Amino acid sequence: MSNRLINWFRYASPQSFYPLAGRMIPWFWGLAAIFGVAGLGIGFLLAPSDAQQGEGYRIIFLHVPASWMSMFIYLVMAFWAATGLAFNTRLSGMMASALAPTGALFAFLSLWTGALWGKPMWGTWWVWDARLTSELILLFLYIGFIALQAAIDDPRRADRAGAILALVGVVNIPIIYFSVQWWNTLHQGASVSLTKAPSMAAMMLWGMLLCALACWMYSIAVALMRVRVIMLERERHTDWVRALLRGKE
Amino acid sequence: MLSLIRAVIGRDLRLAMRRQADIVAATFFFIIVVSLFPLGVGPEPEQLRRMAPGVLWVAALLATMLSLPRLFADDHRDGTLEQLALAPQPLALIVLGKVIAHWLFAGLPLVLLAPVLGIQFDLAEDALAVLTLSLLIGTPALSGIGAIGAALTLGVRGGGVLLSLLVLPLYIPVLIFGAGAVDATVTGLGAQAHLSLLGALALGGVFFAPWPTAAALRVALE
Amino acid sequence: MLEASNLECVRGERRLFAGVSFRLAAGEMLALQGRNGSGKTSLLRMLCGLTPAASGEIRWCGRPIARLGEEFRSALCFLGHQNAIKEELTPLENLLATARLAQEALDEEAALAALELVGLLGREDLACRYLSQGQKRRAALARLVHEKRALWVLDEPYVALDRAAIDLVAGLVGAHLQRGGLAVLTTHQAVAVSAGSVRELTLGDDAASQQRL
Repeated sequence: MSNRLINWFRYASPQSFYPLAGRMIPWFWGLAAIFGVAGLGIGFLLAPSDAQQGEGYRIIFLHVPASWMSMFIYLVMAFWAATGLAFNTRLSGMMASALAPTGALFAFLSLWTGALWGKPMWGTWWVWDARLTSELILLFLYIGFIALQAAIDDPRRADRAGAILALVGVVNIPIIYFSVQWWNTLHQGASVSLTKAPSMAAMMLWGMLLCALACWMYSIAVALMRVRVIMLERERHTDWVRALLRGKE
Repeated sequence: MLSLIRAVIGRDLRLAMRRQADIVAATFFFIIVVSLFPLGVGPEPEQLRRMAPGVLWVAALLATMLSLPRLFADDHRDGTLEQLALAPQPLALIVLGKVIAHWLFAGLPLVLLAPVLGIQFDLAEDALAVLTLSLLIGTPALSGIGAIGAALTLGVRGGGVLLSLLVLPLYIPVLIFGAGAVDATVTGLGAQAHLSLLGALALGGVFFAPWPTAAALRVALE
Repeated sequence: MLEASNLECVRGERRLFAGVSFRLAAGEMLALQGRNGSGKTSLLRMLCGLTPAASGEIRWCGRPIARLGEEFRSALCFLGHQNAIKEELTPLENLLATARLAQEALDEEAALAALELVGLLGREDLACRYLSQGQKRRAALARLVHEKRALWVLDEPYVALDRAAIDLVAGLVGAHLQRGGLAVLTTHQAVAVSAGSVRELTLGDDAASQQRL
């Protein structure tokens, strides 16, 4: 038990996490590719076309996983932020800042694909639907986090300020979601309801789950690559980075 | 504890009184923004009545944003903030005092002006009353939540713009319930539920926000 | 009472100092010296608990100040590089507001007496923005006249002051030490205090990492 604890903290230092992350990245890329090919193959080739929506619905194989990931990554980010504040570990802050751009990317993708889906389905690019609106606000929260970290020069201070913001954000997300839902039901006339789940063929579900797994693996791979870069940048004056860079030349 | 909060409020109010130009400017900003809308969308009373709650509430958010950057910046510049952080009481209590003071000179004027501006939009009496009440309940939440953003952007490059980027998304629930309360009155649904939720947000904003704010201030002082 | 062991300060990518240790007992003063940028102010902020040390520990009465928190802060009086006075308020209002925020009882009479001592009588009703640099510094230092807290941490208290005011501040510090107080201050000029023993610590020497007292 105690042995395992020590191991865990050993990997919490950038110096030992850097090579570990380097070894893990190819695996996650590989998994992302396999899941992606399988998921998209099922989604585009095997899944039947939808009775009401024809072929246009197939964008959900990207849209739904992107929405899931955008929300999930914010939670993971907040988790790292809380860990960083509680235990004062350097790695936590780096992980949080490495995850933010990926989360923002997924939020943006979700909005973009939502618009592409909305045009043939409802004849308009944008509706003030509760989910779309919440997703938009989530994108704002990501952008706020990234902008705050970018504006502070001292990385330690940037980490801690970003962590406080992420925690405030994660407390607020349910409140925002609830209030937007409330607002939406009040103004029902102006929007189209997305809430009824389309009856889904098993094949569609499988395709979507595989695509979600692919997005997940991609997020991990990209976050690990980014965290390695952040480590090198922030610890460039330490001995281990100097030794590493000398070794590469 | 109460005496400390009172001391902070007293000091901040006295300072605000010595710099009345700031309060007046933010208040006039509120009046001007609200008055621009009829010029932009046309004077049809029916349309103005429908827009009024949203316009007044959005203008209130923006006017609050205007006075937020100075909430801690002046104290930070002249070294007073260090003294507050080194006081033997929890910093969050001092922040609470500053939030209350901020509401008194930035939020309360908006509440008092709202009925007058509502008349410009041809609001009925009951809607005017609910609008004023919703601002009275909701503006403290704006000061509380805004304090977090003000503390996070303290001494940061481009702090003012960044502050709005951080805080405005967090203001959305207040906007929805505040403007929704007036809407509900106009459409005859009753504003009770909206106002209760707004009250919950205000309580949360005023009493929970000082803690993350205090943490952010300590980070800024490091 | 105040004890620092192996303090290290890192600012950005530079290590300002490392291995700074000292021990200060009641009635003793620590005079910090060093060239600009050697980390004097950073060390003072560490001693107050504003900035965490990169490594090392600071103890007050044998317990780490991070753990003590409010208990330590109630024994601490910090006067920073900035004056911490409000330009819009008068010296008298500043003094009273500071005392009220620190939850100290200070009546107007005592405050006026303090202002008289630092030579601001006659200007106590003038907003501080009309005062000169030296007068602002005096207004800030007026706090020390009735200050009873045990540990004074003063950052460059003599800056912008004339000879008479410097002697006055040195006298206040001396009286504080005589009462059994402690003081840590940074200075570029050697100023004798009337009582108590003075230790010196110079930051930023070549041997900085072995600095010991």
